[in-house]
Amino acid sequence: MTANAPNSTAPKTLGADKLYVRVSAISSLNALVTRFEFQRVDGVNFPPFSGGAHTVVEMMDGEKKRLNPYSLMSDPTDLRTYAISVRRDDQGRGGSLFMHRKVKVGDEMVLSYPMNLFALDLRARKHLFVAGGIGITPFLAQIKQLEATGGNWELHYSCRSPDLGSYVDELTGHYPHSTTIYYDDEKQFIDLDNLLDGQPVGTHLYVCGPKGMIDWVRNTATASGWPLAHVHHEEFLAPQPGKPFAVRLNKSGLTLEVGAHESLLEAIERLGVDAPYLCRGGACGQCETDVLDSDGTFLHRDHWLEDDEKNSGEKIMPCVSRFEGKTLVLNR
Amino acid sequence: MTLQFNNETFRDDYSFHNSQRAIDRFPFPFHEDSYMYAVNMEQHQGGPADSVYEKRFDVDEHYVAEMADRAKVLDDDPLRCQSLPHMALAGWDLLELIMVSKSEDYPDLFELHREGHKWHWINKPLGIEDHFTFMDDTTLPYAPMEYITRQTQGDFCVLDQRKDNLWMDAGMVTTQADWSLDFDIGMNFFEWHAPVPLAHEKGIFKRALKFLLNIRQGAPARRLNWTMTVNPLLDTSPENYHKWGIQKTTLTPENIGAKQHLRVELQTFFRLPRSNALVFPIRCYLMSFQDIVTKPKWGRRLNRVVRDLPEELATYKGFIENRPMMLEYLSQFDDGLPTSFGVWPDEDITPLLQR
Ligand code: HEM
Ligand code: FES
Repeated sequence: MTANAPNSTAPKTLGADKLYVRVSAISSLNALVTRFEFQRVDGVNFPPFSGGAHTVVEMMDGEKKRLNPYSLMSDPTDLRTYAISVRRDDQGRGGSLFMHRKVKVGDEMVLSYPMNLFALDLRARKHLFVAGGIGITPFLAQIKQLEATGGNWELHYSCRSPDLGSYVDELTGHYPHSTTIYYDDEKQFIDLDNLLDGQPVGTHLYVCGPKGMIDWVRNTATASGWPLAHVHHEEFLAPQPGKPFAVRLNKSGLTLEVGAHESLLEAIERLGVDAPYLCRGGACGQCETDVLDSDGTFLHRDHWLEDDEKNSGEKIMPCVSRFEGKTLVLNR
Repeated sequence: MTLQFNNETFRDDYSFHNSQRAIDRFPFPFHEDSYMYAVNMEQHQGGPADSVYEKRFDVDEHYVAEMADRAKVLDDDPLRCQSLPHMALAGWDLLELIMVSKSEDYPDLFELHREGHKWHWINKPLGIEDHFTFMDDTTLPYAPMEYITRQTQGDFCVLDQRKDNLWMDAGMVTTQADWSLDFDIGMNFFEWHAPVPLAHEKGIFKRALKFLLNIRQGAPARRLNWTMTVNPLLDTSPENYHKWGIQKTTLTPENIGAKQHLRVELQTFFRLPRSNALVFPIRCYLMSFQDIVTKPKWGRRLNRVVRDLPEELATYKGFIENRPMMLEYLSQFDDGLPTSFGVWPDEDITPLLQR
């Protein structure tokens, strides 16, 4: 089928190249958000990346390996450092708590190469950004990219309170004319109808934030006649905890129990079975897996499968989706 | 290893030729005795020493002559190189990818010295040396994509990625197998593949696109494609069909071994970091039938593949009329013995006609 090179040094999984890094700085931005900076262990520059890209951070939490995606929010033209911002999620499965509590300056970690599922549409005459909370992070790198290439942008950023407004000072200091901040607890809200109404032809709209905000922005834009092709969103799905369930892997002949606090993908990896992934957030499609047999209910949480595929019971995205019932057999 | 560059042409007197080394490393595309379209992709992370898969951008004995041929094609038809305005950043990405790869992979041929945005590029085979400012178009004699692809073998499609699709929004296309950048510019993955028979029905393009959308920085991929060309012509474009199409009628049983070429494309896929675009280099390798059959396994196998190829494919690839004459020639080299799996020639078997 292929060039079929024997002795080829090709690694098996897509994107197998990793970045070995050392934590070079940690700064607490506010009660919830901490910024981590990394430099490469071998001292060379990081690969360039595009605004909106994320990296998957590998965390060795005792016996457990956690893999969480975070937006790269450093300046794409400064490749000595990569930076991410992590919001503490006390209800989550522990990745953000690990970063906040256990990671120290000088620790060695492993990052994936950057991957962009929220790229700028470079044809846009103007980029209109709507951010909610920690959803600001991809825009920070995109703004730097547009500033370096002469792009036209405008940011509307909504935060809970001045205390929790990550990067507000930096944004309003550097770009006072392009940035508007809204504080929920001061009853300041984005007047979206008016905002969308006044945009020049060729504007692209980008939204990143909580699910409610994304739906609101997308629905409002559609209702005011915006083509969906001009409306971009990034929703970071973290796998949600759920009831434990059992799975049989047909090809490897293994049966396993997926714990309440791990994803199906993590459980498969824990057994040493090689399973593909890129985003670990239900968006890229890479982990799509065939279901051979099932008796129960699928809890599909991805953005990848079409509705008919979800209803067919023949596919599952193990990075975010779960199952409740008696039997589940996967082609893995 | 120092490369000797051939003094040769891909037009008029067709003095193009392959050395023994070029024959030995030819990317023969058939791993079994039949052929059908498939999602035949694998990682592009090196390969056996001295094979065409070893380096990110293979440079071989035809380099200097191919670049001269490209310059002639562009003189006659500047529309072979196009870039829509939003692809400027991708052009710099491509220039960086090629300059870094070539200077690391062929330090005796290419040098790149960087201090911040001040770059210094030396291309010894072509006698080019330029100082320029990275990301500043005014400091190079051409736009960055054109500049670097005038110095790199193979065609280049630069695809913008948006709306879960790829869009052919820039390219340098002078060595193509009968398709046109000027026609395809701005089209998406399904639109430009529309003329291909059978593959849509098999769901090949849907799956291939999913794979491509996920190609990640640092993890390039590759595949092979092939067709047939009479005379070692690089520029088999629709624009010039009136010049080369007619050459297909000049084949005779006497000249077919020398004139008929198997044309293999080594296609690679790289994510471009700053623009998130995808670049698709299509590198063309030509080899005459008479050179192919010096490898007994290749001779046997090519006969069987050409013989059994579905009519739709032979028609699309443009050799259905000449297939009987090809088989008359190739069948002399097929003694019916079994062939081993895989694309590599088995050197330990003597060619039939030399026994
Ligand atoms: C983004 C990268 C790609 C580009 C720019 C591209 C472009 C093209 C073009 C321009 C043609 C000629 C169509 C015509 O007749 O006008 C073609 C043919 C074809 N492409 Fe692609 N292609 C790409 C990726 C792929 C991939 C990943 C596959 C994997 C299966 C594929 C499979 C084919 C096949 C089977 C043909 C017919 C070739 C033949 O029989 O000679 N292409 N492609
Ligand atoms: S890994 Fe991307 S969808 Fe599951």
